[in-house]
Amino acid sequence: MGLKSTGPGASERTEGGVLSTVSTLSPNFVTTRLDFLANWARSNSLWPMPFGTACCAIEFMATAASRFDLSRFGMERMSFSPRQADVLICAGRLPFKLAPVIRRIWDQMPQPKWAISMGACASSGGIFDTYAMVQGIDTIIPVDVYVPGCPPRPEGLMYGIMLLQKKIKGESLADLSLRQEMLLNPDGLFLPPEEIDELSEPFGNSVHQTRST
Amino acid sequence: MSAARESAAALAAEFGPAVLRRSESCGDTIVSVTRERAHAMLQWLKDTPNQDFDYLTDVTAVDYRDPGQPLEVVYQLRSLRRKVDLRIKIPLDKSGDLIVDSVWDLWKGADWLEREVFDMFGVTFAGHPDLRRILMWETYTEGFPLRKDFPLRGHYSRAEQTRQALAANPEAHYSMEVLSIAAASDDLPDDMLERLAAGERGEVR
Repeated sequence: MGLKSTGPGASERTEGGVLSTVSTLSPNFVTTRLDFLANWARSNSLWPMPFGTACCAIEFMATAASRFDLSRFGMERMSFSPRQADVLICAGRLPFKLAPVIRRIWDQMPQPKWAISMGACASSGGIFDTYAMVQGIDTIIPVDVYVPGCPPRPEGLMYGIMLLQKKIKGESLADLSLRQEMLLNPDGLFLPPEEIDELSEPFGNSVHQTRST
Repeated sequence: MSAARESAAALAAEFGPAVLRRSESCGDTIVSVTRERAHAMLQWLKDTPNQDFDYLTDVTAVDYRDPGQPLEVVYQLRSLRRKVDLRIKIPLDKSGDLIVDSVWDLWKGADWLEREVFDMFGVTFAGHPDLRRILMWETYTEGFPLRKDFPLRGHYSRAEQTRQALAANPEAHYSMEVLSIAAASDDLPDDMLERLAAGERGEVR
């Protein structure tokens, strides 16, 4: 940690028991890199925008509740307004009907912003390889961390959050491409069509789902 | 004789050849009826005092895998007072028009149930006040997902499905009439009325 300030007077107390911090430690300074400082602040005060659509949201609520306590990671406040949010957590399956909604919420979030795709359905469509389901939210918005599981346990989500924090701590303020808004292309898609088709290819058991004529 | 079987027999006595078939399955009494007389029969079942089927449990449809089999529209009725259930089926030839009369005028609860059957099977309900898609978005053009000839993943490519989904305007589902401020529409400024009519999706900057 670059922020720790130690000095001979740090723990001295006056006779009245009041910390004499001001007189003994002031004036004071720390030296650090700006990147480090900004990333340290950002990664430890991520306000999540919960986009809970299914059973993953139940697990997300458990993560936020007292036993697992998401507040320990600086996610003290659930931000139900995208304007005050830093990280979008899509917890659950995303039907095509909700695609414009999550896109809108993502566009409304100010930079810097990140996205976590929680669970198999949000990441790949999961078992729902059907006409109604988006096959992975990365065809709609850019995703930073994928959390596998059906649904993931709270530990899994917290591991994903810690991975995101690690990713944020590796970012550079000078790299403006990180903060570039990735809006929809003129053709109304976020990725090239071939890429969406490729990402949505059936895999695993769903290659056998050909029962309709 | 069970009460439901009595109702089926009374229905056959009242309407004669319009009752195509009576059967029982798993303890449920099922009556197949013709499309033309179905509405009159359902009204009779609802309004005749000793029948008294006052509650419409469900409206749904069945598309069988065998292409020769007709598509069936199913009405599940219940008499709350008599505690009797009765199932009415209307077989529809798939090569013809899929049209039946709406029972919205008998049971107001049929509104969304019939919209769902229309959305999933493409059955048109004549006389329905607001026959729009209810589960799929209104601009959905791929067809009727629960028909057996509808592929599981839909007709279009995933990219095309994604493009159409992202082009949809979620706000446009709500017309002025269903918004609670509709009563105050005369007092709203013109630009707001315009935005409400068009939906609020603007350029995202």
